[in-house]
Amino acid sequence: MASYLVRRLVMLAATLLVSSLVVFAGLSAAPGDPLTTLSGGRSLPPQTVALLVERYHLNEPFLVRYASWLGGAARGDLGVSIQLRQDVSALIAARAGTTLGLIGYAALIVVVAGVAAGLLAALRPGTVDTVVVAATAVVVAVPPFVAAMALIGVFAVGLRWLPALGDGAGLWDGVRHLTLPALALAAAAAAAVARITRTSVREELGREHVQTAVARGIPYAAVVRRHALRNAAVPIGTLTGMTVASMIALAAVVERAFGLSGLGATLVNAALSKDFAVVQGVSLVLVTAFVLVNTLVDVGAALLDPRITLGGRS
Amino acid sequence: MNASLLDVEGLTVFLPVEGEERPVLRDVSLSIAAGEAVGLVGESGSGKSMTARAIVRLLPPGARTEGVIRYRGEDVGSLRGAALRALRTDVAMVFQDPRAHVNPVRTVGDFLTEGLRTHRRLSRRAAEERAVRVLDEVGIAAGARRLRQYPHELSGGLLQRVMIAAALLAEPRLLLADEPTTALDVTTQAEVMALLDELRRERELALLFITHDLELAAAVCDRTAVMYAGRVMEVRASALLHDDPLHPYTAALAAARPSLARRADRLPATPGRPLSAFEAPPGCAFGPRCAHARDACHERRPELLPLAGGQAACARAEELRGLLRDRNGKPVVSHDHA
Repeated sequence: MASYLVRRLVMLAATLLVSSLVVFAGLSAAPGDPLTTLSGGRSLPPQTVALLVERYHLNEPFLVRYASWLGGAARGDLGVSIQLRQDVSALIAARAGTTLGLIGYAALIVVVAGVAAGLLAALRPGTVDTVVVAATAVVVAVPPFVAAMALIGVFAVGLRWLPALGDGAGLWDGVRHLTLPALALAAAAAAAVARITRTSVREELGREHVQTAVARGIPYAAVVRRHALRNAAVPIGTLTGMTVASMIALAAVVERAFGLSGLGATLVNAALSKDFAVVQGVSLVLVTAFVLVNTLVDVGAALLDPRITLGGRS
Repeated sequence: MNASLLDVEGLTVFLPVEGEERPVLRDVSLSIAAGEAVGLVGESGSGKSMTARAIVRLLPPGARTEGVIRYRGEDVGSLRGAALRALRTDVAMVFQDPRAHVNPVRTVGDFLTEGLRTHRRLSRRAAEERAVRVLDEVGIAAGARRLRQYPHELSGGLLQRVMIAAALLAEPRLLLADEPTTALDVTTQAEVMALLDELRRERELALLFITHDLELAAAVCDRTAVMYAGRVMEVRASALLHDDPLHPYTAALAAARPSLARRADRLPATPGRPLSAFEAPPGCAFGPRCAHARDACHERRPELLPLAGGQAACARAEELRGLLRDRNGKPVVSHDHA
């Protein structure tokens, strides 16, 4: 296990390095000139231009700029937002809570609702199973922005149960404001998790080792929990982790739709106004989160299934 | 003989196959006394495993059963919930393929102690102490270390010993061993078989030993039942099975096995192919392949009747006695062309 973890950590560091390069290079290759943004379209005197070029290191070679940016990032300094004249790190710290809350809330919905529905369908063939299969087949095809519109229409505008826009103040109000966005973000993922739970629990229930447990007189609920669900946890955990990782990107759409001031919304706004430092900083944070979640998924799968670490043993 | 521990009477099992019910067992009757070892021999698909599964009600979903199975006087078919689980702890099962029958993602310790901790409410520690003792009995040293290992870290033979240990830990009265050595290599087979036999005698455990190997059954079991196409063809003291078979099928089975004592260029094979229960003709199931069959054999199904201390389901059993072996002790398979 230890050598497996070391290998995963090395891979994690390598992935992060490569993705940071891609983030930085992508922005450098994008059309548009930071100077135009800085000047707001006005023509500037040459000494001002020279000052700005020096301040933002605009005329240094690409690799030098990348190295100094990466070095700054490692120390928590992601530069200054051109548009907001604010420290990018501080900006990210202020907005990350909302996104983290949204994704955490959505992940909770995915795990609880997805596994419960899938387990129910696996254990109750017939009507319950058919209903779950049909419902998840529809929901799994609904992208978050469509789900957002539908949820706003029904629960915010129609029934007036929950607010449609804004972050809310305080814990309870914040949770109320996050409920619809989290549902929108979680719907398709929960349906996918329900389907994989149903299939893999069914498959495990048909396995010989489950028969052994039944033949030993273990109560059925314990057989389902300790053998079928426990073994199905490997594919369920992997899919859940992957969908949670994808939510990091999808959160931008949902945050915009519900007027939440999270990282995703910040990223979209910054991209629209060519605020390079913010785009780079937020992208780096999101990519890091994505890679971290995926590593956690792999480590989690190895913890759940001891056969996975086989490659690391002699 | 003392009172029966297990009594199977007229067991018939149907399984749903593509919308229709097909019989897999036909009128199987069998009894096992306390401490007795009974062999169940037959070709693949003859219904041996189904019989064992029916005893602990482990038949596939949709199966329909007729007949009665009594375990210690209780009708197994009527057991529900806790009573059924109690039966399943009293009747332990050893499966053919330990690799598939032990949960791969849980430790050997979890597997061994699960029953004790569930049924006897033992603490993990107490259960593990017992597990280590039984592991030692089945010839696995350093039990404490083994408990922390996962099934994939153990060899097949070792894992089958673990399965036997798990069965013994439940302190059953009856052990159902479904081809426990078929998935193992030959030397391991012999070791595991000797171990099973020894531990069974020590504990005065009753055993239903399922195998396709007539000689192996004879070596381990007091009595042996021979099955064909979902029916019991013969039940006989194991010692007599080879030298004085009552049923032509048993004789054919014995003849088809290579022997170290006699040289044969070609082993005598029985013509035709083994039938499943649902394909069996209305008369004797073995009739179409039997060298001794008469017209009457194809018309009426022979019942399992007592004969010479055993039982045989053959219309001509009595007149064929002694004729199924020739003077050299070699089974006669197809010399009777009357």
